[in-house]
Amino acid sequence: MTTRSPATPPSGPKPSGKPSGLATLLRGRGGQPAPGAASALYDIPGPRARARHLVYGLLTTAALAVLLAGVFYLLTDTGQFAHVKWRPFAYEGVQELLLGGLGNTLKAFAMAAVLALALGAVLAAGRLSDHRPVRWVSTLLVEFFRAMPVLVMIFFVFVALRVQALPALVTGLTLYNGSVLAEVFRSGVQSVDRGQREAAYALGMRKTQVMVHVLVPQAVRAMMPTIISQLVVALKDTSLGFLITYEEFLHAGRLIAINMDYTMPFIPVVIVVSAIYIGLCMLLSWFANWVARRERGNLKNEAVAVAPAQAGSTMPGARP
Amino acid sequence: MDVLTNNFSLYGEGFLGTVRLTVYSSLLALALGVVMAGFRVAPVAALRAVGTTWVTVLRNTPLTLLFFAMLLGLPRFGVALPFELFAVLALGCYTSAFICEAVRSGINTVPLGQGEAARSLGMTFGQTLGTIVLPQAFRTVIAPIGSTLIALAKNSAIAGSFSVVELLSTYKTLSENGYSVVWSFVWIALGYLILTLAISGLFHLMERRWGVAR
Repeated sequence: MTTRSPATPPSGPKPSGKPSGLATLLRGRGGQPAPGAASALYDIPGPRARARHLVYGLLTTAALAVLLAGVFYLLTDTGQFAHVKWRPFAYEGVQELLLGGLGNTLKAFAMAAVLALALGAVLAAGRLSDHRPVRWVSTLLVEFFRAMPVLVMIFFVFVALRVQALPALVTGLTLYNGSVLAEVFRSGVQSVDRGQREAAYALGMRKTQVMVHVLVPQAVRAMMPTIISQLVVALKDTSLGFLITYEEFLHAGRLIAINMDYTMPFIPVVIVVSAIYIGLCMLLSWFANWVARRERGNLKNEAVAVAPAQAGSTMPGARP
Repeated sequence: MDVLTNNFSLYGEGFLGTVRLTVYSSLLALALGVVMAGFRVAPVAALRAVGTTWVTVLRNTPLTLLFFAMLLGLPRFGVALPFELFAVLALGCYTSAFICEAVRSGINTVPLGQGEAARSLGMTFGQTLGTIVLPQAFRTVIAPIGSTLIALAKNSAIAGSFSVVELLSTYKTLSENGYSVVWSFVWIALGYLILTLAISGLFHLMERRWGVAR
């Protein structure tokens, strides 16, 4: 089976230490299932079932081949692979434009990521505070910013406060991702084994010391995969800057795509831009999964259940 | 206040546009997501590969890029559909990847014995999945699916920038007519809050009625 780390539903049941149910078999043994390994959903195929599965497999492959051939035919038929359509990518100016756009995307991402992490830490500290008013205010902020579409916040800052596109984009992304990260931090701190906190207090540590020296390091370690997944969301959402004419990657692509001199190479631009965008996000997602796998085998994590990189949490707006 | 009362029909139209987008895309996303989840646990390797590729690619695609490619790209091939349909396709496909992962994690929570019992009764893979495992899996993933659909409702705001009538895009008309930007945004925000609260209330109800915790 290809199921590497069956994601647990965000607010669903907690993964128990020993996986039970279909998960055991779906996960295969040692992560890498033997060929033809049993699943709880179907028997080990006999000769006839194997033949049938082969037929299904061939049919699927054939259908895919037909689909791809159709797309390819459509692309060649409309002359998307013509030399003139791709020539612009060899121009230095075009390359600089695209690289500049990519640079702006990464700049917005870096700023939003750093600020969101900081805001998340502050809001999480607020939600965990012993002072009721602080807790209320932070809860209110977190709930509001999580409930609003990011785009509404970005547009509000951009239109109503009349700032430049970059600050508007970064503000929107920071507010939204910061609130989501606050919840991630908070649940991380709360999932640290009680004994850790009690032991720290028993040693005579103060509230801040317990938080800074005992709880947060363990929580951050356990929550790293989820935090990185949330950063993937931030990276994906930087493309919203396109809608407020921030000169990011998609914007650069559009400039080339609508250029008459380059015979409007829209499809080539989409192909190039999506490949790079998806590649970047996949790289970051893969990193999150790698961290999650590494952390799960780490003895230092005994006190906290390491959250797998959750499927739900990479959806902008989904509650982790 | 008069921003709302003077432009009630405009807001209503935008709100209904957002609701329509959300409902149609949700149906598409649920259907596609369940099919893809079925693919991902199927005995046929080619189907599993299709499911995995679908999920991996769509989860890592910025939604704006998907809109950009679909709404502006498909017409180049002579595919002329209304903007709203393109938006539903983009939103539905994008969200289906997240629904698929939620459903798959639900399948993993169904006790082993259920699938084994079904098989020992001679059920095929399709029967086991469709009549035994999925109905139980759904009951454990009501909450995650709800939050995915809330995210979908919020993401539908992007469609407004691609010439689809929806709630966020009403601000343009309002500011052209000289209304206060801040107030028009307050009412837009309220519209989204109503929608997301309604979805979350609906899923709470469903969870109370059908949900099981494992």
